[in-house]
Amino acid sequence: MTAYRYDYEVITQWIEPGEKVLDLGCGDGELLRHLMDVRQVQGYGVENDPDKLLGSVNNGVNVIQMDLEKGLVGLEDGFFDHVIMSLSLQAMHNTQGILAEMLRVGREAVVSFPNFGYWRHRQSILNGRMPVSESLPHQWFNTPNVRFFTIADFDALCELNGIAVRERLAFDEGKLVLDEPNFLASVAVYRLGRNG
Amino acid sequence: MIAPQSVGVVVPQRAEFTTPLALRSGGTLDNYHLIYETYGTLNAERSNAVLVCHALSGSHHVAGTYADAPHNVGWWDNLIGPGKPLDTRKFFVIGVNNLGGCYGSSGPNQTNPATGRLWGADFPFVTVEDWVESQARLADQLGIRRFAAIVGGSLGGMQAMSWALQYPDRVGHVAVIAAAPKLTAQNIAFNEVARQAILTDPEFHGGHYYAYGVVPARGLKLARMVGHITYLSDDAMAEKFGRSLRHGRNTYSYDVEFEIESYLRYQGDKFAGFFDANTYLLTTKALDYFDPAFEYGGHLPAALARATADFLVVSFTTDWRFSPERSREIVYALLHNRRNVSYAEIDCPAGHDSFLLDEPRYHKLLSAWFDRIEV
Repeated sequence: MTAYRYDYEVITQWIEPGEKVLDLGCGDGELLRHLMDVRQVQGYGVENDPDKLLGSVNNGVNVIQMDLEKGLVGLEDGFFDHVIMSLSLQAMHNTQGILAEMLRVGREAVVSFPNFGYWRHRQSILNGRMPVSESLPHQWFNTPNVRFFTIADFDALCELNGIAVRERLAFDEGKLVLDEPNFLASVAVYRLGRNG
Repeated sequence: MIAPQSVGVVVPQRAEFTTPLALRSGGTLDNYHLIYETYGTLNAERSNAVLVCHALSGSHHVAGTYADAPHNVGWWDNLIGPGKPLDTRKFFVIGVNNLGGCYGSSGPNQTNPATGRLWGADFPFVTVEDWVESQARLADQLGIRRFAAIVGGSLGGMQAMSWALQYPDRVGHVAVIAAAPKLTAQNIAFNEVARQAILTDPEFHGGHYYAYGVVPARGLKLARMVGHITYLSDDAMAEKFGRSLRHGRNTYSYDVEFEIESYLRYQGDKFAGFFDANTYLLTTKALDYFDPAFEYGGHLPAALARATADFLVVSFTTDWRFSPERSREIVYALLHNRRNVSYAEIDCPAGHDSFLLDEPRYHKLLSAWFDRIEV
């Protein structure tokens, strides 16, 4: 995950000091640890993998074992300032469900994901092979990802579900992409809210 | 021969208390004593103490062995010792027999100082809150103002939770394992069957069986048998016993046929041989009464608002006595109050009893959590 620290930096800029933050699929708690250190957030992670959960405990990060596919049952409406899901949305089946849940328990959601429409990925497909890259590091047969979508796809899903895109930043292996992000960016980071 | 990483031979100690203890039940204990054990060394700052609370049938003998009984190993010895998750090179660990217990602390099988006779059924009802109060006084005697951590499983977990509510400034960390914020009707129902087994035993004599030189062994055995069923998971029973037959065929009798019958009878007989029936009655009632949210209209988040400790909550996937859902109630209530809390659901087939096992993921988690505690 260290290679993707630039999405951490974007996320950090969107978090105000002292916020209540929930990080879904928090892994070993690296991002939350960072946010606790530089933003003094009250942070909680959600992780369902026992080994990763142990990593979070080792890092002194609050972590709650929960299966995200079942939603965020038990968490209160609007409790968190930000609910983060860093590079995990593509590994979930219940995409729309979890987005709705993030915006139920949080004032805003922050989501980052690998862009399947990245030109190198397209090139790989054109050459007849599933893409393997810095942002999609696994082979087709061992990837944890179950949803393959582009920035344009995600924009359309937000539109369809009444989710407001408050801000979107796109990157090509760490460098900010301003033009044609769906073609030129490998990773996108979104700040989302509820419409109205 | 002392096992590696053992705290070794330990000696129970006795603390006397002469300040009357007002109990939730309305009664008072004018003076009483507690039996306890300690492992490790209290540091100069007195900041490394960890209290281990025991469950229904536990005792102060949490770790180590006795010189005259080398096979009597403490009930949570796999957790506590040098190099173990609760490391006695870092922590000063205390185990104490609850008030009303039957391992030497003031209780039904001890002498009532006012009469010179055994307390028997006259020993007052005690609650989880009373236990915490008595443990706080023991901490005072030992010069411990604040515990680094308090940990317990099952009923012990309830005590640990209650500590965080009754003395929030005296405990830094709390581990609540395989516990619940209160019993369900089903939990109480099982306890009631157990109690009826004891209360209706002809040898019970209204709780004064000591005077008759008998014990209500049949009732206590039945109580333990029904309890044991709730400690194991359906899968664990199926795995361990299945429908195995003692004689390899049906014998059409009420003697032991299925291996599970043999197991339950053995466990029941063994338990009835050493545990006290009055203590079993008192302790199951303490379990039933525990409900910190009651005085908050059943609102657990309001009840836990007083807690300031950092929590670890652990449940086991196959525990149906105190299921993971019950632990999550505690987690969400703490979260509501913005408290530091971590929660793990350990995949372990052994049911409620899992908390006593050294399942690797469980113990690694406890290790990591205890390691983070600064003393």
